[in-house]
Amino acid sequence: MNIVVCVKYVPDAQADRSFTADNTTDRASVDGLLSELDEYAVEEALVIADANDGEVTVLTMGPEDAATAIKKSLQMGAHKGVHILDDAIAGSDSVATSLILSSAIRKIGDVDLVLTGLGSTDGGMSVVPAMLAERLGLPQVTFASEVTVADGSVTIRRDGDAAAETIRASLPAVVSVTDQINEPRYPSFKGIMAAKKKPVDTWSLADIEVEASQVGLDAAWSTVVNVEQRPPRSQGTIVTDEGNGGAELADYLAAGKFI
Amino acid sequence: MSEVLVLVDHVDGAVRKTTSEMLTAAARLGEPAAVFVGAGLDAARETLAAYGATKIYVVDSSDVTDYLVAPTAEVLASLCEKVSPAAVLLPSTTTGKEIAGRLAIKTSAGVVTDAIDIEPVDGGIQSKQSVFAGNYTVTAKIVKGAPIITVKPNSIAPLESAATPTEETVEVSVSDAAKASSIVSTEPKAASGRPSLTEAAIVVSGGRGTGGDFGPVEGFADALGAAVGASRAAVDAGWYPHSSQVGQTGVSVSPQLYVAAGISGAIQHRAGMQTSKAIVAINKDEEAPIFEMVDFGVVGDLFTVLPAATAKINES
Ligand SMILES: Cc1cc2nc3c(=O)[nH]c(=O)nc-3n(C[C@H](O)[C@H](O)[C@H](O)COP(=O)(O)OP(=O)(O)OC[C@H]3O[C@@H](n4cnc5c(N)ncnc54)[C@H](O)[C@@H]3O)c2cc1C
Ligand SMILES: Cc1cc2nc3c(=O)[nH]c(=O)nc-3n(C[C@H](O)[C@H](O)[C@H](O)COP(=O)(O)OP(=O)(O)OC[C@H]3O[C@@H](n4cnc5c(N)ncnc54)[C@H](O)[C@@H]3O)c2cc1C
Repeated sequence: MNIVVCVKYVPDAQADRSFTADNTTDRASVDGLLSELDEYAVEEALVIADANDGEVTVLTMGPEDAATAIKKSLQMGAHKGVHILDDAIAGSDSVATSLILSSAIRKIGDVDLVLTGLGSTDGGMSVVPAMLAERLGLPQVTFASEVTVADGSVTIRRDGDAAAETIRASLPAVVSVTDQINEPRYPSFKGIMAAKKKPVDTWSLADIEVEASQVGLDAAWSTVVNVEQRPPRSQGTIVTDEGNGGAELADYLAAGKFI
Repeated sequence: MSEVLVLVDHVDGAVRKTTSEMLTAAARLGEPAAVFVGAGLDAARETLAAYGATKIYVVDSSDVTDYLVAPTAEVLASLCEKVSPAAVLLPSTTTGKEIAGRLAIKTSAGVVTDAIDIEPVDGGIQSKQSVFAGNYTVTAKIVKGAPIITVKPNSIAPLESAATPTEETVEVSVSDAAKASSIVSTEPKAASGRPSLTEAAIVVSGGRGTGGDFGPVEGFADALGAAVGASRAAVDAGWYPHSSQVGQTGVSVSPQLYVAAGISGAIQHRAGMQTSKAIVAINKDEEAPIFEMVDFGVVGDLFTVLPAATAKINES
């Protein structure tokens, strides 16, 4: 069974993330890493591959440093990596991202399962998996908190706010997983050593037959016209409870007409 | 004026508040036209009319409702082709965003998710999003196709504006490909009797500091008519259901008032509540990061502060 996991390289959410002069994410001044939410997809891929004699390919689109996202995935146990690297990609929107990833998945070929995280930790739109399914003509089974692969089909549990649903599709399919699904493993020493010998292909846009004019900032179907830092919330009143903290809280709520 | 399609957010005809917010935003851009998918229109009609829907497209076919996401995207794509709308608005739910994603590819249009405001501008439509855990507000313009925008609940104040909608049943022919992921079974969530987290004007959340006893949090919430939320630490411990988790990997809320009790204020939690109008925290530790962003904070034990506040509110 051939499994592709899409992993994104993102600026560290704990750092001071910001934007560059052209209103795109500043991916240079903040350290990047494998999006934490994609670790769940890598873990699930490894579990499914173990049970089904599968091979796991991790796929990323991003700047040179995005290779660290592949490296971490390989250390966890993925078998090989594909990095889509091309200067023309910078500033791509979700539509272009899905075009590039779907073209790469086609080139990888013969894929039974495409796994993704539930959303990136930077853009966080949670639209790329559905877009991949649309472009590849595959069913989507998304926001899975449980995944079972058996007899050529995949069944998931999807926890919505109004109901929990069980959803099934035949393979190949695009599956996104939530952070409820598993506990991602830490790379072992053996895993770290083994990763050094695992193959990573770096492909340009030409390699996956995508025109540079279809992607990047200038081709984006949505453009950011303004970026404003939210004025820091000024700290309000802080009281220390010395017996009447509860009453003071009630008074604050009454003054604010919340009660 | 062009139509603006609004995908109605409802559960068996019980219309969610986001729908009236989307209809209000739609009226700024053109003629609000509701797209109602599923059963229960009789229960929904009045609300749709009250918030200005001039038309209701009715799609009631098991070919759409028994499958995940793709058929609804096909229905909307065919409506887009027919009426060339000025924009398509959808709720910022997991499903709403996924329909938006598929629709964007089908109609070759740009997409923006989690919009907190929408307005017409010269030659197009502009929307605002709150990004990077609420630290930045981004204004974006969609420059290709009929903009597809998902609207974050509780962001746009709904305005009543009575209309008399005409109704049109949409004939659907859903492709086999779109029926590839089928919904095998559905277990509805038990109703808590409290308002829903994304719609509530007030949300009271509990964290690890509750030690698993949500009693004081729930009592305080009920005194305020509030919804109850939880931090991931509380959810991971099994104290509260995941559907109540507020934050990056849970729901994102924007109430008038957010109360965090026994929650430290990690960035992933803030990502889901920082756009709240007012923020209150109760925490034992005066150094807790949550206090950096509060309008009012009490340094104290939630097990004494919340019951005292609840008693005083219930007295008045
Ligand atoms: C603050 C901000 C606002 C933005 N606003 C918009 C907007 O309004 N409209 C728009 O079209 N674009 C927007 N973008 C751009 C968009 O986020 C990126 O194009 C991104 O590559 C795709 O969307 P996402 O990160 O939201 O992915 P999501 O849809 O949240 O990602 C889901 C999953 O897809 C996979 N994935 C996503 N990106 C990659 C990748 N590069 N390589 C490998 N796997 C990947 C991962 O498995 C991930 O878990 C915005 C970006 C930022 C940082
Ligand atoms: C990828 C990723 C996604 C995440 N997504 C989310 C998310 O969606 N939502 C989320 O919430 N978290 C999320 N987290 C987890 C987040 O980083 C924090 O671990 C979590 O928010 C901590 O929850 P807490 O504040 O309840 O617990 P803690 O950080 O342990 O804080 C407990 C607080 O309670 C106080 N306290 C203790 N006892 C009392 C008492 N008796 N009275 C008053 N105060 C008391 C303590 O002083 C402390 O400040 C995510 C993490 C990752 C890595």
